[in-house]
Amino acid sequence: MAKHWGQHLLKQILRVMLLMAATSIVTFMLMKLSPIDPLQANVGQNALGSMSQEQIAKLREYWGVGADPVKQYLSWAKDFCRGDMGISLLYRQPVRNVIAVKLSNSLLLLAFAWVMSGILGFLLGILAAMYQGRLPDRIIKGYCIIISSTPTFWLALLLLLCFGVWLKVLPIGLSVPIGVEAAGVTLGDRIYHAILPALTLSITGISNIALHTREKMIEIMESDMVLFSKARGESRWAMFRYHGFRNALLPAITLQFASISEIFGGSVLVEQVFSYPGLGQAAVSAGLGSDLPLLMAITLISSAFVFGGNFLADLLYGIIDPRIRRGGQHI
Amino acid sequence: MKDMTEQNVIKSTSLLTIEHLNISFTQYESGIHRRVLSVIQDLNVQIHTGELVAIVGSSGSGKSLLAHAVLDILPYNASMEGKLNYCGMPLTKDRIRRLRGSEIVLVPQSIGCLDPLMKIGPQLVKGRKDAASKRCMSSILHYLGLEEELSDAYPFELSGGMNRRVLIGTALAEQPKLVIADEPTPGLDPAIADRVIKYFRDMADQGIGVLLITHDLELALRAADRIVVFYAGNTVEEALPEDFRNESSLRHPYTKALWRAMPQNGFQPLAGTQPYVRDLKEGCPFADRCSMYTEACSQKIPYRALRSGYVRCLYAE
Repeated sequence: MAKHWGQHLLKQILRVMLLMAATSIVTFMLMKLSPIDPLQANVGQNALGSMSQEQIAKLREYWGVGADPVKQYLSWAKDFCRGDMGISLLYRQPVRNVIAVKLSNSLLLLAFAWVMSGILGFLLGILAAMYQGRLPDRIIKGYCIIISSTPTFWLALLLLLCFGVWLKVLPIGLSVPIGVEAAGVTLGDRIYHAILPALTLSITGISNIALHTREKMIEIMESDMVLFSKARGESRWAMFRYHGFRNALLPAITLQFASISEIFGGSVLVEQVFSYPGLGQAAVSAGLGSDLPLLMAITLISSAFVFGGNFLADLLYGIIDPRIRRGGQHI
Repeated sequence: MKDMTEQNVIKSTSLLTIEHLNISFTQYESGIHRRVLSVIQDLNVQIHTGELVAIVGSSGSGKSLLAHAVLDILPYNASMEGKLNYCGMPLTKDRIRRLRGSEIVLVPQSIGCLDPLMKIGPQLVKGRKDAASKRCMSSILHYLGLEEELSDAYPFELSGGMNRRVLIGTALAEQPKLVIADEPTPGLDPAIADRVIKYFRDMADQGIGVLLITHDLELALRAADRIVVFYAGNTVEEALPEDFRNESSLRHPYTKALWRAMPQNGFQPLAGTQPYVRDLKEGCPFADRCSMYTEACSQKIPYRALRSGYVRCLYAE
């Protein structure tokens, strides 16, 4: 048993290391192939024109233009493995500090959206399936299909327009009020500013889990198990409580943990729309500004999150599903 | 448990009477072409308290639907006609919904009916947690020869035979008056099948009416008070187990063919197959396999009383 788990863990560690290596290489290559000239993007054509050749050569060195990519990658990788993520070229601060700030901003958003979309999506999916073909089902299904086919950024713009511009009840962007000292920002302020982006992410996250849960639940409602439950005179509520809930929850959990990647991806666009200074926005500016160390670090941290989510789903499944938990013990 | 005198008194009262039951399905073929498929025709069965009635028929004869019809769990595209009487009063849908799971219970065919994620114990008593249910749970496990620790196990941890006994246990957990057992023995070895059938016999001996639906004639003969033979959605004969001692005391040619097919009676198979409901014609469903077939057999054949039983054949005597 212990050996079995040890092997499993070792395999996963190996897997995450391979994933990291592959992701970093691909990101690095994409960055190098990018048509964006770091000097033009960050210094500007006019400024470059008025500079001496020496100054330009210095800048080229700073932004790593013309350097041997293999050498550059290897030296980055060496430092990264030692825990040194380098200095952000744009922020002129250690990448570690930049990420710490951005991540703490984003985590609030991501966690809220993830939990909300998970719980609401699951409940709506169940509701739709229990009333399959009837009005609640049609409303929920319609909502999910409309939302799945709506681009996240467009929905963000719509909400921004509605609540920020017309109703003026929520801020139009940023994570803190404008013109307030950093020390004077309260948690309330932060939450107030996170509402719209978090709402956008939740609304889009719901449809996926709701549609999947609905499918699974319909399958359960048509099973022999539910037919027998009906023959035993169990009420709709008992049927849900004793049979439906448990059996539908397992796939929902897997899906929800696997969907961390989608929420992460969605946050890039949503943060951009709301000028919310989170990890997603930092990724965009790092990409457009050729900030190689920052972009590499953000990419790797994001993939670590996604991997972590899938890994947790894997583990949780083994803990929650008795067939895996107890079944494993017999092997 | 009821004592013997009470048992003899209630034995005579009729529990469930099914008269002229028809079940049909509405199907759509090649898109919009609708057809009605009649799967059970003119079925008549009566079950008394303390009696075990076996409905015997081969697979695909529509037996399971009978159980589903009595419990009102037929699929949405099925419709039924006929008269159902329970304890002397019409068994309306409202009444079925009130009685099913308490007075009228089903022992289903498939062990897939058990919830894979619910422990055996709670599953036996529908999740009730009171002390009486706990006691009931352990007495059932004991009665079925299952260890008490198994109430904490999940269905996947039990063997097929054990899960079958759990299904029977779900019936015992209520205080039923009528038990409908839908193929409770497939996949069991003879010794265990015997044991399972004995549980139903015991239920009947305690005054419960049992309707046993099975394809296993031999098993039914060992336990049943009456045998109803089912062929292609029709009841062709109702007989006493004693009638199966000799071919001559049986009534319908299909039952006689079944008798001849039994190992101890010559092991002769009957040529041909049971017709699929879609291909059934008006008249006797057994017509194209029968040696006594005449023109008259293509008319509707009445179900008539004959020698303390019933038969649906013009020439049986």
